[in-house]
Amino acid sequence: MTMKQIWIITKKELKGYFDSLMAYILIVVFLGLSGFFTWLYGNNDVFFINRATMQPFFGIAYWTLFIFIPALTMKQIAEEYKTGTIELLLTKPVSDWQVISGKFLATFLLIVISLVLTIPYYFSIASIGPVDHGSVLTGYLGLLLMSAAYISLGIFASSVTSNQIVAFLLALIVGIFFQIIFGISASAFSGVTSDVLGYLDMQYHYQSIIRGVIDSKNIIYFASIILVGLMASELSLVKRNIN
Amino acid sequence: MDICVKSITKTYGPQKALDELSFEVKTGEILGFLGPNGAGKTTTMKAITCYITPDAGDILVGGHSVLQSPDDVKQNIGYLPENNPLYLDMPVLDYLSFIGELQGVEKALLEGRLNEMVRICGLNDEKHKKIGELSKGYRQRVGLAQALIHDPQVLILDEPTTGLDPNQIIEIRELIKEIGKAKTVILSSHILAEVEATCDRVLIINKGKIVANGTPEALRNQAQGKEMLKVCIKGGEKNDIYKALRDLPETDIVSFSELNNSLFEVESQPDQSSCQAIFNLCVSKGWYLTQLTPVEKNLEDVFRELTNEN
Repeated sequence: MTMKQIWIITKKELKGYFDSLMAYILIVVFLGLSGFFTWLYGNNDVFFINRATMQPFFGIAYWTLFIFIPALTMKQIAEEYKTGTIELLLTKPVSDWQVISGKFLATFLLIVISLVLTIPYYFSIASIGPVDHGSVLTGYLGLLLMSAAYISLGIFASSVTSNQIVAFLLALIVGIFFQIIFGISASAFSGVTSDVLGYLDMQYHYQSIIRGVIDSKNIIYFASIILVGLMASELSLVKRNIN
Repeated sequence: MDICVKSITKTYGPQKALDELSFEVKTGEILGFLGPNGAGKTTTMKAITCYITPDAGDILVGGHSVLQSPDDVKQNIGYLPENNPLYLDMPVLDYLSFIGELQGVEKALLEGRLNEMVRICGLNDEKHKKIGELSKGYRQRVGLAQALIHDPQVLILDEPTTGLDPNQIIEIRELIKEIGKAKTVILSSHILAEVEATCDRVLIINKGKIVANGTPEALRNQAQGKEMLKVCIKGGEKNDIYKALRDLPETDIVSFSELNNSLFEVESQPDQSSCQAIFNLCVSKGWYLTQLTPVEKNLEDVFRELTNEN
């Protein structure tokens, strides 16, 4: 019963992405940018580097997804507050947690679909040179984990306001801390502070996973962000002060 | 399925939205909530449907407590919230299918239920449209359809006819009466005539408390008090008529009406009727009656009386 309820929500959200053309826009722009920077850019694309590697793709995808995910998640809860459908949803036999999980899963699946559509890059590159298959796998894993973390933060941002723009900006701002700021501040400090900030830096863990080094501390990092984000979202729903 | 509201209290900051409210609704009853804005009608409904939790007290729906087993409660309720929130981007059928699934309608039965809802709520021509493309009346029908799709024992309808045109209002009312025969229904409304027409029993709520509870007729009678008559007598001098009416032992207060020179408003003594006395008076004085109409207190007066004096 639990999974079924989550899946019903997921199906609806995913269908909503495609019906609203949001999914198509994401996929087209994502593939467009990825394609351009992987193959055509002229500086650090596959041909420039002259090695059979997916690094250019992973590099650009890291940033494209960072910008896109807040755009995907911004309406997920904020819109429900604004239109009042949150009251409709939560008086159905479905729990706050199932609603959050369902929405999370839908956005995650959309990212998965987008990434799957880049697999032809892998085949193309593999056909023109020797590719390190392992690092391609870990590259995708890194993108998935990073996406999951940002989706979770994005949903949280959407759950604290009924204004989608605020949700978008909040998600972006919080994301920037993980994406850049923690990393930069780490080098400005020393000792324990530097270590803590370094650990919070998304790049640090992402690079680690891409290189194929998957440590428990990386898994804990991503799992923590995902869980904290989703639990905080649930708390927002429970408090429901935006009424 | 019976509903038993036990002394619920809900406070929002300094304001007490519900103040130890208690009442019961039996299976097959259609109960009407009446009350001014902010009285607590919507808050009560939100508490029954488990959207909010009361600060004190409990509500039992078919024996299930909203505090202890809200999921069981939600299974049995069909809810149409105030302002009928809908997913405007979804086509009608997709939406009803989504809600049906969420409410636990089995896959095999879902299509049948969808067709049934479309039929009952008159949505056949609109079923492929996006909800955002529908007029308010049709959106209201979609809201009703989603409340009914799982055939719940209990229906909670918050202002189900707001914003509808007179024809649509009548249709929805008939629909509710028809459906309400075998279910327990609570509906709230500002339209007193509607509550009178649709409901078996009426609860008037003000400032979080119940100020009246009874059938529409019982409430009307209760407030009736003394008999009021509109009397129009012609064929004599205005002041003579006035004095003669005043002198009748059955009358209590007589006043001139501003509308018409020969029209009077006569309030009788408690438990007395002046009709016969007035008639006989006219016969004996040679005057003639052109009007003798009782003025009935309606629910609106009851409502105003009970919610104004506070």
